[in-house]
Amino acid sequence: MEVTAEAKRIMVVALGKLYSSRSQRGGLRLHRSLLLTMVMKSARDIYHAAQATEDCGVPGSDQRPPTQEESSEPGLQAPLPQEDAVGPLTELHHGAHRRSGAENKENLSPRVRTQSRKRRGKTAAEPDFLPCKKARLEQGLSGPALVLSSVLVDYVNCSSGLAVPPTPLPLHRVVAVC
Amino acid sequence: MGEDTDATPTLNHRGFLPDHNYVTEADIISTVEFNHTGELLATGDKGGRVVIFQREPESKTEPFSQGEYNVYSTFQSHEPEFDYLKSLEIEEKINKIRWLPQQNAAHFLLSTNDKTIKLWKVSERDKRPEGYNLKDEEGRIKDVSTVTSLQVPVLMPMDLMVEVSPRRVFANAHTYHVNSISVNSDYETYMSADDLRINLWHLDITDRSFNIVDIKPANMEDLTEVITAAEFHPHHCNLFVYSSSKGTLRLCDMREAALCDKHSKLFEEPEDPSARSFFSEIISSVSDVKFSHSGRYLLTRDYLTAKVWDLNMESKPLETYQVHDYLRSKLCSLYENDCIFDKFECAWNGSDSVIMTGAYNNFFRMFDRNTKRDVTLEASRESSKPRAVLKPRRVCAAGGKRRKDDISVDSLDFTKKILHTAWHPNENIIAIAATNNLYIFQDKLNSEMH
Repeated sequence: MEVTAEAKRIMVVALGKLYSSRSQRGGLRLHRSLLLTMVMKSARDIYHAAQATEDCGVPGSDQRPPTQEESSEPGLQAPLPQEDAVGPLTELHHGAHRRSGAENKENLSPRVRTQSRKRRGKTAAEPDFLPCKKARLEQGLSGPALVLSSVLVDYVNCSSGLAVPPTPLPLHRVVAVC
Repeated sequence: MGEDTDATPTLNHRGFLPDHNYVTEADIISTVEFNHTGELLATGDKGGRVVIFQREPESKTEPFSQGEYNVYSTFQSHEPEFDYLKSLEIEEKINKIRWLPQQNAAHFLLSTNDKTIKLWKVSERDKRPEGYNLKDEEGRIKDVSTVTSLQVPVLMPMDLMVEVSPRRVFANAHTYHVNSISVNSDYETYMSADDLRINLWHLDITDRSFNIVDIKPANMEDLTEVITAAEFHPHHCNLFVYSSSKGTLRLCDMREAALCDKHSKLFEEPEDPSARSFFSEIISSVSDVKFSHSGRYLLTRDYLTAKVWDLNMESKPLETYQVHDYLRSKLCSLYENDCIFDKFECAWNGSDSVIMTGAYNNFFRMFDRNTKRDVTLEASRESSKPRAVLKPRRVCAAGGKRRKDDISVDSLDFTKKILHTAWHPNENIIAIAATNNLYIFQDKLNSEMH
């Protein structure tokens, strides 16, 4: 239990730091964001491993999309990198998978981002929301593939003004834990 | 705090007020570097200024002022900028200063912020021409009819003036934040490294640079490590090393390929599985890498240790020094207060026998590689009156046996961190940057290296 509590706290702190780093002077620091994401990922893995050993059946993903939209951090996306697209997120999901057609995603991304920002209020930044949400099991994500928060990807998009080719805005999940 | 109700220091307010316990952010020193002879010492700060100190020549008449460093020149190197394309502010903080080897009477140094590197010329003017024919002493044009004879202007001594001028501006080559610059031993080129790329420049050419390392993945989702520091070999102009956030070092040879993504040597210590924690990745990130003066060894610093590597042995470091292992059990709090992300630098002494690095509470540590002895010293106003001998400090673990003058881990001040230190290239003189203060310590007994 201690491990899960600590893991959750670490994740909450990481999210807070990632969020506040967006308004930092000098822009996003890639190194710091990367380290925070790695800490968050390992905390999340440990948390899920601990959860899995505790409960036999983790509550399913049926209520995921609506709660996800409301509860996610402003600026952090609520996406689905895998197959089970639900409702309004279907479009986003398809967009995320068309990696080779990078140019088209340029048109999708800003709309997605604007939509998400409008929905969220300041209260969503409070870490209080996290304890109320259910845990989600990772499906189909391979270990070595590092799941970066969209804060990191925002950084890339912001920095792509120079000779760097535009990358698609991958969509990432915010883990809601309870 | 008296009548001052605003406890937050503002960036525009310059000056350190001794009555108040806060520091204006612009005065925080962000880099320290001796030049190749040790005669000059440059510091850069968060406000984009560079201050150069010069060592006074030893004089017999005033024995106590021998070898002291006084301010030689101060100039504004970088200004805050705004990138309109990305809506990002570019900080003016000086990340690194590197001196060029001196080739004539003037001194040259490179200074960099997050995006732009500048070459500065520092020259002295102690004479001025007098006796012009067409101008009078104040510079006013003379009436030609009053000139009856011609004279040759002569150079007359004047008060010493130090002039600093920007000679080159190397801009627009880095998408990410520049963390290192390093001058090549060929004295013609230098490199600049950001989080994902390293560029090679010619000192005379500013409109283009050559990309020699690019670790940016095609898909940023696959990003697993970034470049944290880079340096050229002191003698071999084709070799350089760069460190990563994963704790690895890569030695690259520019003769092998134009793009040195493939390393010649990879220095990596296998992780100890028993020491694994949530923060293993953060604390293994290398914050600084320095070649020894001999070029035979590498010195790296990660959050808790300093390691010496032999260029001929890639599997593990030659020596590992615990800088402040008592923090290992406190990583969670250090993560919450952001201290775990602090990037400490490290330094060699001139003979490569002693290494030095900073810690918290204004402590800095020195490790003698031969005798295996180490010492912890403090850089603070209270403990350093001029010409006083520094007293070794000791940190004891909470609950451990405590001697007089020991300080416990819980009393350490984590806001007082020594990130930047430098060692004179030939003598036992060190420069320590403690937030906004610069301390220069000299070992009078053992002035020469051994």
